[in-house]
Formats: sequence, structure tokens, C-alpha cells
Amino acid sequence: MQTFQDLKKILKQVQKDGAQGLSPLKVALVGDTATQFLATALRATGCLHGFLFDLFEAEYNQVERQFLDPASELRAFDADFIILFQSTHKLAEHHSQQNAEGQERVADERLAFVEALCQDPAFAAKRVVCLNYPEIEDTVFGSYANQVPASLTWQVRHLNSGLMQLARQYQNLFLCDLAALQNKFGRDWLFAPNIYMSTEMVLSLDALPYVAARVVDIIAAVRGQFHKCLILDLDNTLWGGVIGDDGIEGIQLGHGLGIGKAFSEFQQWVRKLRQRGIIICVASKNDEATAKEPFLHHPDMVLKLEDIAVFQANWETKVDNIRTIQRILNIGFDSMVFLDDNPFERAIVRENIPGITVPELPEDPALYLEYLYSLNLFETATYSGADKDRTQQYQVEAQRVQLAKTFDNEEAFLRSLEMCSTVSGFTKFNTPRVAQLTQRSNQFNLRTVRYTEADIAALAADSNVVDLSFTLEDRFGDNGLIAVVIMKLLDADTLFIDTWLMSCRVLRRGVEHFVLNTLVNRAREVGCRRIIGEYLPTPKNKMVEQHYPDLGFTPLPGSTTPQYCLEVDSYQEKECFIKLKR
Amino acid sequence: MERTDIFDKLNEIFVDVLDLDEVELTDATTADDIEEWDSLSHVQLVVAIEKAFGVKFTALEIMKWKNVGELVDSIAHKLYS
Repeated sequence: MQTFQDLKKILKQVQKDGAQGLSPLKVALVGDTATQFLATALRATGCLHGFLFDLFEAEYNQVERQFLDPASELRAFDADFIILFQSTHKLAEHHSQQNAEGQERVADERLAFVEALCQDPAFAAKRVVCLNYPEIEDTVFGSYANQVPASLTWQVRHLNSGLMQLARQYQNLFLCDLAALQNKFGRDWLFAPNIYMSTEMVLSLDALPYVAARVVDIIAAVRGQFHKCLILDLDNTLWGGVIGDDGIEGIQLGHGLGIGKAFSEFQQWVRKLRQRGIIICVASKNDEATAKEPFLHHPDMVLKLEDIAVFQANWETKVDNIRTIQRILNIGFDSMVFLDDNPFERAIVRENIPGITVPELPEDPALYLEYLYSLNLFETATYSGADKDRTQQYQVEAQRVQLAKTFDNEEAFLRSLEMCSTVSGFTKFNTPRVAQLTQRSNQFNLRTVRYTEADIAALAADSNVVDLSFTLEDRFGDNGLIAVVIMKLLDADTLFIDTWLMSCRVLRRGVEHFVLNTLVNRAREVGCRRIIGEYLPTPKNKMVEQHYPDLGFTPLPGSTTPQYCLEVDSYQEKECFIKLKR
Repeated sequence: MERTDIFDKLNEIFVDVLDLDEVELTDATTADDIEEWDSLSHVQLVVAIEKAFGVKFTALEIMKWKNVGELVDSIAHKLYS
């Protein structure tokens, strides 16, 4: 982690070199203590994630006014993200001014304020990132505070738990877990009383880079930047010892030998990530059969072969194996994390694979987990039950790759897959997945517009919007919801494709043709004669630069961005091998 | 550690934290003499000095130094007492 001093140098460098390649984002910071240092840390951390924050810093201690006053600077600024940082200190001060009855209401008052701003139409389309409240254990009641609703301890815990409920309820609210950061590093680390006296700062200089990172992790995740895949070395990373030398009885794993417990607990963590939807892969210098043996036969192995999406064990370099994994998964290197105990391997991977995250694992495996916890590697902005099926989908993809090799031509292969698709508008059942796809698809995404679940629900209800989602099944299994199209009525004759995106898992299956046939049919149903598509380039979506011309759209002259038009009347249905499932 | 050693170390810290080319601190130096030394960077200096010398300043000390000489007195006092 950078120090605050490092962060200042990064900002200075950006000011000197200019902000090429950074994407601008309007961010407001509203706090009830001094926030200048946090603002600096946020801007620098934003740069590290590729953002140039246009940061509005509200005047000190004006939280209520900024949110409630219709003429406030905050409302005028119109931020994409609003960071709300209310301190436990101010809460404690307010708490001290109440009688016992009033003290019992302190948390509920704060919750009512946060709920009101979530409901405010002015902030409905914003993302409010609210820092929760690290506890101040004032020992007024000692541990007995756990039985006294009027105590500060009770109120802070009640407040944090109430915020969690609100975040479930309001999709424009995101919580940044400052309390968790204090749990990890301690109150005496988070807070420097001697500095606080002269500055009104409730965060120490040591804590600032971590707090900023936690906030920016959320912003990045909402914007589609997050880690999707964990690639693991085996020997001395997943178990103690070297399987090729020590054999299955000799490796350290489980409660018997050496520090086996460290590796078992590390595997339990990896397994939870897998259950959450992180893709787990293996890259190991080993014979494949030897490397797989513990997965098949070691009684204390927590991870099984079915947890691993892609298993690369051979004598190629790690760099080559990670590139192979990337080709199979079709995700960016910047969404991958690589864990290896060997500093030499780590350095080679870091040097040769730009964008990949390679944590400096501590030498002692006993420290792996606590170190990894400190990095918060797997922030996310959504979670849906469908996530957990993904490992299997990638394994199935490997089978498809095998089958494709047995066919001479692509058409015969596609026919053999017996594909079918369910086409549906946005419903309460598919809204989470649709929102998630708009947030995480980077490559096959024509305009890269990100939507929250609330946005998707609003689009579904809009009669000027054609909303379509597509699933894809084949003889190997169900890929689930893999494509989304949102078309907006420009005028009575014209539909504009606001969003066309597809999961890269189903590239080269003719889904584009099936989708376009569907779009044209829908255009005819609503009486439109033209469909207009637009390509907005990003660093990641070059794959679809020629998407519209390839499908027979003609360039629209006179537009500042690449726009294309399709005449519905003269459209010839495209050939494809996907049947509509009814 | 002599006062001159404390000054040497402070010069390094000031150069690093304030991003200066060089600095020659004296007993009489104040924040008015160094443009980059403002109330915000003062906090960074305090924390950097605490870490470099392994000392902790009281909240009052942080607010009350009138010049570098008094800061050095504080450090020396903590190192020798």
C-alpha cells in the first residue's frame, strides 16, 4: 500500500504529465470532520485506478445542509458519486448531549437521514458511498453496554446494522466498511488523537491510503473494474512442500503435519471466493497427473478439481500458462489475481503480463490470509445467485473447445451444439443479472453504459424502451443470461440501440445474428423502419469496432461518433443455428 | 544525538515531505520562511518526524512550536529524558 506521501507524489506527477488516459468522473465528498487529506488521498488513488476525479469537497461540517438545501453546492455539482463520511466522533458528541431517552434514538435519527437522501429524487440516479461507523468503545458501561440500548456501543452497532439494511433496500446506496478496516488494523492505527486536536481529522495519515483505497474500490467496481479470477500456484502456496518431491503423504495440509492448518484455512477462503463467483484457476510447474493427485486423493484437501475452472499444470512458463487461461476465459488480465509463494515467479509474471495483480505474499504461510485480507482484492458492486455456476460453465467451455476440434467446418460444429435461446424483457427475476452484465461486460459492449438494478427496473417500465435479454442453452448445458439489448425510441420511425452487450463466453456461436433477427422483428412490431447503432470506443471494446458494418448496417454520415443505420424493410433474416425457446 | 544531528535529520525530512530541492533549517526558521510549509503539510511533517525519531508529540506541542528551534528542543527533550 502506498503511503500518504507516495499518494501526494502521484498527484504531483499527474499534474506535471497531464491526465491522458484517465477517465473523468465527478465525485463529491461530504463530511462532518476535516476532509482535505482524504480528498487528496482519494484523488491520487483514483488516478491509480485510471480515474481523474473532478472532486467537489463540501465545506466542513455541512452534511445536512448540502443534502437537504435545494440550492446547495452539492446538488448543483451533480456528482456521479457522492461520498458521505459522518464520523463516530460527531455521533458521540451528539449522543452526549441527549438524555437517556434521546440517546436511544441517536442511531435511528441518522438512519432516517440516510434513508431520506436515498429516496430523494435528486440522488436517485447517483451512487452514494456511505462510510460506516468504526466503534469508539467509551467503556461508560463496560461490556454491560451490550445490554443497554442507550449506550454508545449499542447505538453505533445498531447504526451500522441499520445501514446494511438500507443498502439492501436502496440500490443507490453503497457502504464503505470503515469499521472493518478498524477491526483489521486497530483503533490506535485509524485514529491519531494528538493530530486530531489541531486538525479535526479523525483519520491518521497511516490510515488514509487504506480508507481511500476502500472507497475507490467501490467506485471502480461500480464502473466495471474488479477482479474476476484467482490463479493459484500449488507447491507451498496451496499446500506446504513440493508434491513432486514429498509425495501425497509428505505435503503439509490439514491438522496433521507441520503448518498444514495454514494451507487448509487458505483453501477454505479460496473455496468461499469460488462460491461467490470468483473463477479459480491453477498454474503450476508440475506433471499434470502429479499436480492433480492431492485434489483427487488427499483427505484434507478443501479444494476439489470441480472448483478449478482451468487447470494448467505442465513445464511451460507461468506467463505462458496464464496467457492460456486468459484465452479460455476471455477476460482481461486486469481482472486477474495471481498468487505464488515464489518471489522470482511473481516478478516475471508482473513484468510480462501488464495489468495483472500479483500480491507480495509474506514468506511465512501462516501470514498469507491476514495479509490477503488487508488488500481487499475482490470488491464487487453486485452479487447474484447465478454467479456460483460460473466455474462449471468454464469447465463446459473447455469441453466445447474439445468438441470443436473434431469438426472440419464451423457450421457443422454449431449445428451439433443444438442451441436454443429464451428471449425476454427485463423482469424482477433477471434484473440483477442484467444490471451485473452492464457493469462487468467490457469487451463485447458497444457503448459501455453501466446500469444499476434500479436503472434496469426503470427501463423495463419505460414504454419508449425495447428491453431484451437472451439466454443460451446447448447440449452441454445452460449458459444462462448472456446478452442484453436496450433500444430507445428516437421518433416514431427510429429505434436507437442504447446498449448491446454480450458475454464473451458465447463468442463465435452466431448469437449476434440471432439477436439482430430478434431486434428487427421487434422493430417491425412497434412500427419502426430504422435501427440506429453506435460504437463508443473504450480501451477494451475494440473487438466490436466493426460490429455494425459486419451485420450489414451502413455508416450514418454527419455523426460525430461512429453511427450506423439499418433499414428494417429491406432486412434479410440472418442465418443462425439457434432456435427460439418458447 | 547532538542538536546538529537532529537538524541534519530534520533537513532530510523537510526535503522529502515538502518536496524541496534543499533546505537549511536553523533555530529561527518558521513556517513563514518555507512556502510549502502550511497547516496541512505541518501534519505530515509531524507524523514523519515522530516516525523518524521514534517519539510521540503531545497535542499541545504540535500546536505551539513557534520555530524550528522549539521543535528541536521538543525532540531533544524526548530523546534524553
